[in-house]
Amino acid sequence: MGFEPRIVGFLCNWCSYTGADLAGTSRIKYQPNVSIIRVMCSARIDPTFVLKALSMGADGVVICGCHPVDCHYISGNYKAMRRFPLLKKLLKEFGVEDERVRLEWVSASEGQRFSEVINDMTDKIRALGPSKIRVQLDADKVER
Amino acid sequence: MDKKKLQIALYWGAACGGCDVSVLDTNEFILDIAAACDIHMWPIAHDGKYKDIEALEDGFLDLAMYNGAVRNSENEHIAHLLRKKSKVMVAYGSCAHIGGIPGLANTFTREEIFESAYLKNPSIQEGNKTVPQPQTEVDGGELTIPAFYKRVYKLDDVVDVDYYIPGCPPAPEQCKAVLSLIVSGQPLPPKGSVVGASERALCEDCQRKKDEKMIKQFFRPWQIIQDPEKCLLEQGIVCAGSATRSGCGVRCPDSNMPCRGCYGPMPNVVDQGAKIISSVSSIIDSQDPEEIDKILSGIHDITGYAYRFGMAGSLLQRSVR
Repeated sequence: MGFEPRIVGFLCNWCSYTGADLAGTSRIKYQPNVSIIRVMCSARIDPTFVLKALSMGADGVVICGCHPVDCHYISGNYKAMRRFPLLKKLLKEFGVEDERVRLEWVSASEGQRFSEVINDMTDKIRALGPSKIRVQLDADKVER
Repeated sequence: MDKKKLQIALYWGAACGGCDVSVLDTNEFILDIAAACDIHMWPIAHDGKYKDIEALEDGFLDLAMYNGAVRNSENEHIAHLLRKKSKVMVAYGSCAHIGGIPGLANTFTREEIFESAYLKNPSIQEGNKTVPQPQTEVDGGELTIPAFYKRVYKLDDVVDVDYYIPGCPPAPEQCKAVLSLIVSGQPLPPKGSVVGASERALCEDCQRKKDEKMIKQFFRPWQIIQDPEKCLLEQGIVCAGSATRSGCGVRCPDSNMPCRGCYGPMPNVVDQGAKIISSVSSIIDSQDPEEIDKILSGIHDITGYAYRFGMAGSLLQRSVR
C-alpha cells in the first residue's frame, strides 16, 4: 500500500467544526486522512500544538477558523492570523515544507469548502511523501 | 582528603567557559566553597584529570555540576563518567539545560558545519581537504580524537539529570544560593526541579512600565533610541521576557537590552520558542494579512529569537534534512 498522510486538523468550534459537520451530514465525500481536534477558537491554537503534532509524526497540520470578521469571540481569528505567518517563517527555517502546515478559513456553511481543503491538502502531502521529523528524532536517540 | 567535606566536581562540555567563570563570580564566597568542599575537577580553576575521576569509587562525589551541551563523544563520555561517580548530577547553565548557543548548530548538518569551518572558509587555504576524522592512521599507529556528533544534545538526552540550574551563565547569586543549600545539608527539592530560578515570567520582575502592547513595526535594538522606562516589546524590540523564566535579576532589560531567553521555558511550558512566537506575534497592531507580513518582515532570523538557547531542548530539536 502506498503512503497515506496523517493530518491533524484543529477546528474552531463555531465555524469550522460545524462546517466539517455539515460536510458529514450533507454526505460529502472527502479523504479520511484528517484527525480532527475541536478547539473553542482558532486563537486557542498555540504554536506548541502544531510543533507537537509534527514532532509526534503528523505529516501535516491544518488549522481552520472563522473567516475574518466572523469570529464568535470578535477577534480570535485575527490572533491566529498574526501568529500563523511567524510560525510558518520558523517552520521554513527548520526545513518543514510549506504544504505541511496550513491556516484556512471555513465557515459553518462551507461543508463543501472543508472537503476541498482536506482533499487538496491530502493530495499535496501524499505527493510530498511522509514527514521526516519523527523519524529523524527517533534516529537521533540511537545514532549520534 | 576530608570525607566530611562535600565532594564536588565541575565540568564543561560544549561550552564557552562562562559557566565555570560564573562560579568564580561569586567573589569571596568562593572561599566558603573551598572551605566546605573538596573540588575534584573544575577545568577553569583546578587541575583535575579524567583519570583522577575514574579512580574514584562509584557515587563518591556528592555533587557534579556539568555545564555545556553534548557536541562530541568526549562530552558524552565525561557526562556518563560523572553520573556514575556522583550522587547528584546538576545540569548547570543553558547549554546543559536546553542546549544553549551551541544548540543553534542544529539548524545545520555536520557536513555543512565541516564545510564552512574546514573547507570553504575564507581563512582556509584553497584546496584544503582536511576535515577532522575520529581515527587517523599515522606512522607508528592510530591517532584518535573525539567523534563530532551529527547534532547537539542537551545533557539529559544522554544521562539522568537530578537538577537544572538555568542561565547563560547562571546569576552568581543563584549559584551561591544553590551551593549554600547543598552545603547546609537541608532537604533538596524533588528530582527534576529547576533550581536557582523563579517560577514567574521575567516580565513580572521587570521594572519597565507596561501598558497596551500594540506595534506597527519591529526594530533591532540599534535601530531606535529607546525609552529606558518603557516595556521593550511596546517599543517594537523583540524581547523574550514574557516567555522566559525569571531569576536572573532582570540583567538584560535593566541594561537596555531585550531578554534573550537564557533562563529557559516557564514551568510547565513544553516549548519556549513556540511561546515566544505566540507572544511576539500577538502584539502586532493589524488585521490585514499583507500588513501583518510587512510588519513581520522586520523580524530577521526568527529561529534565533525563538530558540537562541533552547533549540536542542525544543520540540523539533533540529532542522529537517
